[in-house]
Amino acid sequence: MSIATQNKGFAAVLWDYLTTVDHKKIGKLYLYAGGLFFLLGGLEAMIIRIQLIEPENDFITAGLYNEMITMHGTTMIFLAAMPLLLGLMNAIMPLQIGARDVAFPFLNSLGFWMFLFGGIMLNVSWFTGGAPDAGWTAYSPLSTTSPGHGVDYYIMGLQLSGAGTLMGGINFLVTIVNMRAPGMTYMRMPLFTWTTFVISVLILFAFPALTVGLFLLMFDRMFGAAFFDVALGGNSIIWQHIFWIFGHPEVYILVLPAFGIFSDIFSTFSKKRLFGYTAMVFATVLIAFLGFMVWAHHMFTVGMGPVANSIFAIATMAIAVPTGIKIFNWLLTLWGGQITINSAMLWALGFIPTFTLGGMTGVMVAASVADYQYHDTYFVVAHFHYVIVGGVVFGILAGCHYWWPKIFGRILHEGMGKLTFWTFFIGFHLTFFIQHFLGLMGMPRRYWVFLEDQGLDTGNFISTIGAFFMAFGVIVFLINAIYTAIKGEKAPADPWGGRTLEWAIASPPPYYNFKQLPLVRGLDPLWIEKVEGKGKMTPAEPLGDVHMPNGSFIPFVMSLGFFIASFGFIYHATHDVAYLFLFGGMAIGLGSMLVRSLKDDHGYHITKEELEREAD
Amino acid sequence: MLGWMGKFRALFLLSSLALVLSGCGKENLTALVPKGYGAESSLDLIILTTVIMLFVFAVVMVIYVIALVRFRKKKGQEDYIPKQVEGNHTLETIWTVIPILLLIIIAVPTVIATFDLADDAGAEDAINVNVTGNQYWWHFDYAGEEIQTSQDLYIPVGERVYLNMLSSDVIHSLWVPSLSGKMDVNPENENTMYIEAYEEGVYWGKCAEFCGPSHSLMDFKVVVVSPEEYEEWVADMQNVDPEEPADSEIVEDGQQLFEENNCMACHAIGSSPVATGPNLTNFGDRSRLAGIEDLSKDNLVKWLKNPELIKPGNKMTGKYPTLSDEDADKLADYLLQLQPSDITPDSAGN
Repeated sequence: MSIATQNKGFAAVLWDYLTTVDHKKIGKLYLYAGGLFFLLGGLEAMIIRIQLIEPENDFITAGLYNEMITMHGTTMIFLAAMPLLLGLMNAIMPLQIGARDVAFPFLNSLGFWMFLFGGIMLNVSWFTGGAPDAGWTAYSPLSTTSPGHGVDYYIMGLQLSGAGTLMGGINFLVTIVNMRAPGMTYMRMPLFTWTTFVISVLILFAFPALTVGLFLLMFDRMFGAAFFDVALGGNSIIWQHIFWIFGHPEVYILVLPAFGIFSDIFSTFSKKRLFGYTAMVFATVLIAFLGFMVWAHHMFTVGMGPVANSIFAIATMAIAVPTGIKIFNWLLTLWGGQITINSAMLWALGFIPTFTLGGMTGVMVAASVADYQYHDTYFVVAHFHYVIVGGVVFGILAGCHYWWPKIFGRILHEGMGKLTFWTFFIGFHLTFFIQHFLGLMGMPRRYWVFLEDQGLDTGNFISTIGAFFMAFGVIVFLINAIYTAIKGEKAPADPWGGRTLEWAIASPPPYYNFKQLPLVRGLDPLWIEKVEGKGKMTPAEPLGDVHMPNGSFIPFVMSLGFFIASFGFIYHATHDVAYLFLFGGMAIGLGSMLVRSLKDDHGYHITKEELEREAD
Repeated sequence: MLGWMGKFRALFLLSSLALVLSGCGKENLTALVPKGYGAESSLDLIILTTVIMLFVFAVVMVIYVIALVRFRKKKGQEDYIPKQVEGNHTLETIWTVIPILLLIIIAVPTVIATFDLADDAGAEDAINVNVTGNQYWWHFDYAGEEIQTSQDLYIPVGERVYLNMLSSDVIHSLWVPSLSGKMDVNPENENTMYIEAYEEGVYWGKCAEFCGPSHSLMDFKVVVVSPEEYEEWVADMQNVDPEEPADSEIVEDGQQLFEENNCMACHAIGSSPVATGPNLTNFGDRSRLAGIEDLSKDNLVKWLKNPELIKPGNKMTGKYPTLSDEDADKLADYLLQLQPSDITPDSAGN
């Protein structure tokens, strides 16, 4: 927290955050909200693991268990991993390209509030008769026939937060295309910026598929349509195609930014330029491209026939090549470097063996006939947790430790950081390694109970013990964050010997980021100035007025409107009063759009004199 | 700290070794001890891919460990600046080409096996079973034989039996890990797969596609018997005459209760195309009650009085008047004596 905000009252800070369009504050909001949902998803995971600690356990009922697994998956993917990454991108990417903000600050704020209200929407379902229970994949006809309103909340919640994500993606694309500092060519961008750029393209093409799918599901459930109803001439399998055309790229939307984070960290803490930078960039683009060609490998057992299964098997295996290139480039970045091991670097180092195992099982599940055994078992559960926890969560935690000083101005406590890593890392492998074997030994996924005397007791018990280690690690991290906020060591501008532009300005950065836009002379611009120049960035422009956007409360109100309208959609068939919510909410949402369109807001200028008064 | 990591990895190896030594799971359930054609094809690929991938993992780990040991920052070298290497074309070519070669080694047998397992050329002359998946039970209709069973699928050893599968409600997936990989059972587009068992015995089958609250309780069994025993079983099943007059008090009372409570609206005894509820022709021979519980009278009475306690979300709960203890007892006696054949899961080694 900067000194300025510390002196403000609580109400003033709250108002500031409700109306902010500053990418750094929005980044923090994403981190806070995503962190909260991460804890919630973790709690659901613990309940799942406690239920499975012994055979035929009755800790929770079958119905509640199905709500838990659905909400765990949905929460972790859409409400934790996505926003935490969007938070890091928001906070860091504009700094890495030497920009003063994102291209559309208003849209940025709108994206966050849409996501948050979507997340709240989903979780309101716990209190209104039951959460969604058709799995995070919501396969029809299970999802179309699920009684109650749980799945309706899933539809409306994801529709809202999905719209927010789409806005974020478009915003990042325009920002990276238009707002790079002088000299920051594409092939000089840090890998984290590159991956942000590539996944923004993925969001642009993948999320509309989800939006359309959710609309079809919404019409089926709320307005009596029959897109997925076989009895009325619909087709239930088409949902799986629509979902995975979105769902598979979504995996890369999550993991590629993590790759970017690791690339920056390996390079910084090895004191070396990223090995094979060009290959890394092209591998990223190739993975993203191939990511759209492989969705049906989630459907090998659907009965698509041997031709389709073979094609998708081979296409999937092909992704292993660029991923392997990345792993070896990271290893060669370490090779010959001068490696510092701290908590940020530990996460990156832990990622290599973990993710390699996840990639290995990825090739194994790509072999379609082998997948007939793996599919929908704990083997697949193990595989995707190795990829998504070992890749994405490790990446987020690495990024948090690495950029915490830049975002919050204080350095996380090293001892607690290391304790978090080791307990989480050991707990993770205890939990998930054994699940490969559980799957092959005949345990399908999404099983509320497993029966006695089926040889599955020991494996499940070990798995649950591991989950407690992970929970301990997360709690230590939480304590660390609170401790750091109160007593943590103040961070200098460049605590790690950084190489990229974000380390060229103060921690936390001033609200206008760069007093003068920096001149970029190559890859790792700050490093170049340290080695060849005078140790700091050369300005690319004379000191002048800085144009800043005004804060706005409209994004919050607009999102709130759509949030209210969602309840109207869900309950319109059974409650007349719901129409009040529906039309009222839409009036607020669309009215906000009208106000935004009609009102001229030119922002304001920070004058040259004011900037001169600020200390360097 | 490296010691730590090393120890941890050793622990890994030990624990996986312990797993292998303690067996690969329960026999006739685990996919790791294949006893059928499909399961064997899958395991061959599983082993091939595991070996190749472990080789890749070993290479990565060797480079990783050496890099960490050799290049960790040492005291007194704080100002040392490593050479800023841009890349290396030879190395980058090597780690692009070798993985491609390894993947080709995996891809070729994968494609061959995919086509092999999808081959239904022999279906016309073989035993065909029409499978219907229901929340939360399985219906097996032997095509052309006028035999229907639920939960227990009888097949002869060493023969390919073709399963033509459709669902009556949501998507299910039929999986008998020791005999074959799984195939989804969809509400549309009938799927066909074959199973071929190498050994007689009773094999555990599972539903592998999330289908509702009792998804984890939707077990079934595949009873593999010799071809002669199979013939005998078919004959026995075809000889069942539901109209046969009752020859004992138990049967008489039971039949009366069965009628009074309108059980036959859903359940058939004897061959019938109706499959609203499980066919009960050989109920007394079943390997399990509801696919999961021991087939004991106590369990059956419990089920009849309140099925919800055993299978949450099943479609039987509330479809008939509450049974008195006495009636439930009589009905149970009646159902348990429905044993048309000497060929049973027990005789097959249950």
